[in-house]
Amino acid sequence: MSDVWIVVVVVGLATVLLKASGPVFLGRRNLPRRVEPVVMLLAPVMLAALVTTQTFGGDGEVSIDARVPGVAAALTATWRGVPIIGAMAIAAVVTGLVRVLG
Amino acid sequence: MGAVAAVVMSASTFAGSAQFAAASVLDAGGTIVAAIAAAIFLNARYAAMGVTVASLVPGGRLRRFLSSQLIVDESWALSGRSGRFEWPILAGAGLLLYVVWVGSTALGTVVGGLLEDPNALGLDAAFAALFLALAFPYLRERRALLAASLAVAITLSLTPVTPAGVPIVAAAAACLLGLRR
Repeated sequence: MSDVWIVVVVVGLATVLLKASGPVFLGRRNLPRRVEPVVMLLAPVMLAALVTTQTFGGDGEVSIDARVPGVAAALTATWRGVPIIGAMAIAAVVTGLVRVLG
Repeated sequence: MGAVAAVVMSASTFAGSAQFAAASVLDAGGTIVAAIAAAIFLNARYAAMGVTVASLVPGGRLRRFLSSQLIVDESWALSGRSGRFEWPILAGAGLLLYVVWVGSTALGTVVGGLLEDPNALGLDAAFAALFLALAFPYLRERRALLAASLAVAITLSLTPVTPAGVPIVAAAAACLLGLRR
């Protein structure tokens, strides 16, 4: 089995179990009060890390290149309420243009 | 990632951000373990979301198991808009999103195959924009903003010294800020 398929199968199974854990196993009980805020912070934390590597990540170094103006433009657009697909298009166009011109 | 793997992943991991996260780590040269860990950390929130609607899901164990798969960020957020969670809204929105999601992944593999070097078009920046837009609604809360900033700092400082994928997994530690009162 190739690496990609291992990831697909393991992540798929884990996601199914995570979603089912509340409704199937927990019933009407709640998560421990101390644990819930930690779990709810995982999404913004992981997304922030992904934005960072996807914007500045390179070959084992932090690089500042055409992606930065693209992501900055997308941030402004998102701030102003542009939907996700629009913000993605803006990032792609700005970064693509900077690459062509630069 | 091959076309079949992408579609199977959409059908089984009905949670887009985790899919992109795993693909992004693999694409950057990260290991399988790092890709899996990043995706699972990202999806751990579904356990918490499942708990919030657990008492509303109708039926026996099997039906509850299947129904729970309709929980995604969008369906969950929509169903709670009135101030209390409403299961019919979550189930309806979840089903609709599922069909659109798997269908558009299939379409994407066809269109994507036509592109020679997607990164030349700025698609790498588009994925950063996607993660950013997904994170945005969370960041209105001060503690989430603080934790996200810490995650950025951890990622940036580890990137030059660790293999790809490791900084993302290590950044998960930032969520321990949730232990603070």
